[in-house]
Amino acid sequence: MKIKLEGVTKRFDDVVAVNDFSLEFEEGTLTALLGPSGCGKSTMLNMLSGILPVTEGKIYFDNDDVTDMPPQKRGVGLVFQNYALYPHMSVLDNICFPLEIQKVPKAERIEKAKEMARLVKIEQYLDRKPKELSGGQQQRVAIARALIKNPRLLLLDEPLSNLDARLRLEMREEIRRIQQETKVTTIFVTHDQEEAMSISDKIVLMKDGYLMQVDRPQALYDEPQKLFVANFLGNPPINNLEGKIKDGKFVLADDSASVKVDLKSAVEGEEVVLGIRAESVGVDDDADFEAIIKERFTMGKEELAILKLGNSELRIYLSSDFTHKPGEKVGFKLKNKGVFLFDKKSGERK
Amino acid sequence: MSAKTKSGTFNRSFEPWLYLLPFIFGIVVFTLYPVINVVLISFKEGYRLLTGAFDSIGVENYLKVISDPYFINGIKNTAIYVITVVPIATAISLFFANLLNQKIRGIAIFHTAYFLPLVTSATAVGLVWKLMFNGQFGVINYLLGIFNIGPFEWITDPRMNIYTLIIYGIWNMIPFTTILLLSGLQNIDPLYYTAAKVDGASSSKMFFRITVPLLAPTIGLTCVVNTISASKVYGELFPLFNGRPGIARNLYTVVFYIYEKFYVDWDLGSAAAASIILFLIIFVFTMIQLQIQKRWKYY
Ligand SMILES: Nc1ncnc2c1ncn2[C@@H]1O[C@H](COP(=O)(O)OP(=O)(O)OP(=O)(O)O)[C@@H](O)[C@H]1O
Ligand SMILES: [Mg+2]
Repeated sequence: MKIKLEGVTKRFDDVVAVNDFSLEFEEGTLTALLGPSGCGKSTMLNMLSGILPVTEGKIYFDNDDVTDMPPQKRGVGLVFQNYALYPHMSVLDNICFPLEIQKVPKAERIEKAKEMARLVKIEQYLDRKPKELSGGQQQRVAIARALIKNPRLLLLDEPLSNLDARLRLEMREEIRRIQQETKVTTIFVTHDQEEAMSISDKIVLMKDGYLMQVDRPQALYDEPQKLFVANFLGNPPINNLEGKIKDGKFVLADDSASVKVDLKSAVEGEEVVLGIRAESVGVDDDADFEAIIKERFTMGKEELAILKLGNSELRIYLSSDFTHKPGEKVGFKLKNKGVFLFDKKSGERK
Repeated sequence: MSAKTKSGTFNRSFEPWLYLLPFIFGIVVFTLYPVINVVLISFKEGYRLLTGAFDSIGVENYLKVISDPYFINGIKNTAIYVITVVPIATAISLFFANLLNQKIRGIAIFHTAYFLPLVTSATAVGLVWKLMFNGQFGVINYLLGIFNIGPFEWITDPRMNIYTLIIYGIWNMIPFTTILLLSGLQNIDPLYYTAAKVDGASSSKMFFRITVPLLAPTIGLTCVVNTISASKVYGELFPLFNGRPGIARNLYTVVFYIYEKFYVDWDLGSAAAASIILFLIIFVFTMIQLQIQKRWKYY
C-alpha cells in the first residue's frame, strides 16, 4: 500500500511535534523515520496508526483519505518499543489475539498463528508466557502479532532499542528479511543512523518536528541537502570547518589556513561551513590544502589521523600507502565525493 | 583469638534481638497471651472471670455452643452475609474502580465523593441508613416505588432484616475495595489497551480479556480480606436495629453471639469456644481461597 501525507501537522498545546510533512511512502518498501530524541518520530507513527489525531493536513492510504479513520479500521499492525505483549497470555494466544477480536474460528486462527510463528522463527515457544522469553524472542512475538491480521501497513516504534548490541544486529536483519518475505509496506522508527542506513529502502530524516530530507540511505549520505543531515549521518562524524569565501578559496574564520574548494553557488565574502568526510581526503602533489599530522592511530582495521589545519582539526582515514609521520607538514587533496559547502546561517547546501 | 571471634559473633547476633525486645514484649503481652488465654478458657468449664476459677477441663463449652440454636442461627446468617456481600461488593467495586480509572475530566470530584464513607463515623452513617431504610418515609422505598417495587418494611419486618444488613454491608465494603482495585488498575500498562484498540477490541473484550486477568491477583486479595472482615460482621447491626441482632433477635451473627455471651451473659467459656470455632472456619476458608488463587496468577 502506498501512503501519502499532505501538510500533516501535530501540535500539543504550544509544542509543534510534527510540522507540515508532505511526502510519500512507496508500496512494499521499508522506510526509517530517523532523528534525535524528541523530534516527533513517535508522534508521526501514532498519527499513521490513528492513535493520535492530526492537527492539520491529510493522510491517504492508497487513494483513501484515512485522516479521520479510527485505528481499528486502518488495518495497521503495530509493534511497540517494549512490545506490550499481554503477560497473562501464552505466546500462541498473544499472536492469535487480533484474530480472536475479529471472531475468526479458533482452529483457523491457530493455523494462521503457527504460520506467523514459523515466519518469525518462534515455533518452539508457543506455549510459553512472554516473561519466559528473551528480548529478541519477545520482539519476534510482537512482530508476529502485528502481522497476523495481514496489515496493509506495519509500524514499528524503536523496535530494537531494548536489545543488546549483538541482538540488535541480528534483529535488524530479521526485520529486513520478514519485510521482504511478506512485502508489507513498513515504517520503523529509530534514532540510530547506522540502523536506518543498513536496512531501509528510504530514510525520512527529521529534526525538531521538521522534515530535513527524504532519500535512499546512500543518497542521503552522499548528497546531504542540509548541514544537519551531513552531521547526523556517518561514523566517524563529518569534519566541520567554519569560515568564509575569500579570493575564491575557503578561509578559516580566524584566517589561520585556507582550502581550495569547488565553490558551487557560494559567493565571495559569504560565511560558510565546509564539511569534509573522513574518507574524502587523499595525498596529492596538486594539493588543496596543507596540514600538519598531529597524531596517527588505528581503530579496528582502519587507520586514522588527526590533522592540524591552521587552528582547526580534521579527522581523516589514511590509505595503506601513507608513510608520513606525525609532525610532518603534508599537502592533501579533497575528493569529489563527501565534500560539501553549507550556508552558515541557514545550514542549506551550496 | 578464636574465642574472641566467637564472642564477637555472639554479640553481633544477639544485638538485634535486643532492639526487637520491646516489640516482641508487646506482641507476647497484647497478642499472644490473650489468644492463648482464649484457647485455654474455651476448654475450662464453669470459668469465672474475676477469680479465674473453673470446674473442670473438657469440651463441654464447644458442645453447648454448637447445640445452641442462636449460635446455629449466627453461623447461618454470617454465611449468607459473606457469600452475598463479598461477591456483590467486589463486582460493584470493580465497576466503579474501572470508571474512576478512566481519564475523564472532573473525575476527581467522584474520587472524593466515593471515598467519603471511609472517613465518616460509622455510627452516624449507620443512623442515616436507618432513616433511609424507614418503611414510610425512607428514600430507599421511595426510589423502589418509582419502579413499582415495594414498599418494604426494612427495619420492622424481621424477614427483611437480613436484606437490610446485606445492602448496608455491601455499601460499607465498596470504598475500601474500590481503592484496592483502583490501585491495581493503575498498575496495568495502558499500552495493552492501546495495542488491543488498534486491533479493534471492544471495551468489553478488553475488560474481560485484559483487565480482569491482569487484576486477578488484586481481586483475590480483596476477596480474602473482605471475607475475613465480613465473617466478623456485628457492629453494623447496632445502628440499624437499635442495638439488637435484628428487630426480633432473629439476625444473630457469630460475632454478635460471642459479644452477647461475653458482655451480657458473662459466659466466657461459650464466648471463647465460639471464637475458636469462628477462627477455624475463617482459617480453613482463607486457605482454600489462597489455594484457588494460586492458579489465578498468570505471571
Ligand atoms: N502527549 C503529548 N503532550 C504534549 N507534548 C507531547 C506529547 N507527546 C509528545 N509530545 C512532544 O512532542 C515532541 C515529539 O515527541 P515524540 O514522542 O514524537 O518524539 P520522538 O521523536 O519519538 O522521541 P524519542 O526518540 O525520544 O522517542 C516532544 O517535544 C514531546 O515533548
Ligand atoms: Mg518515540
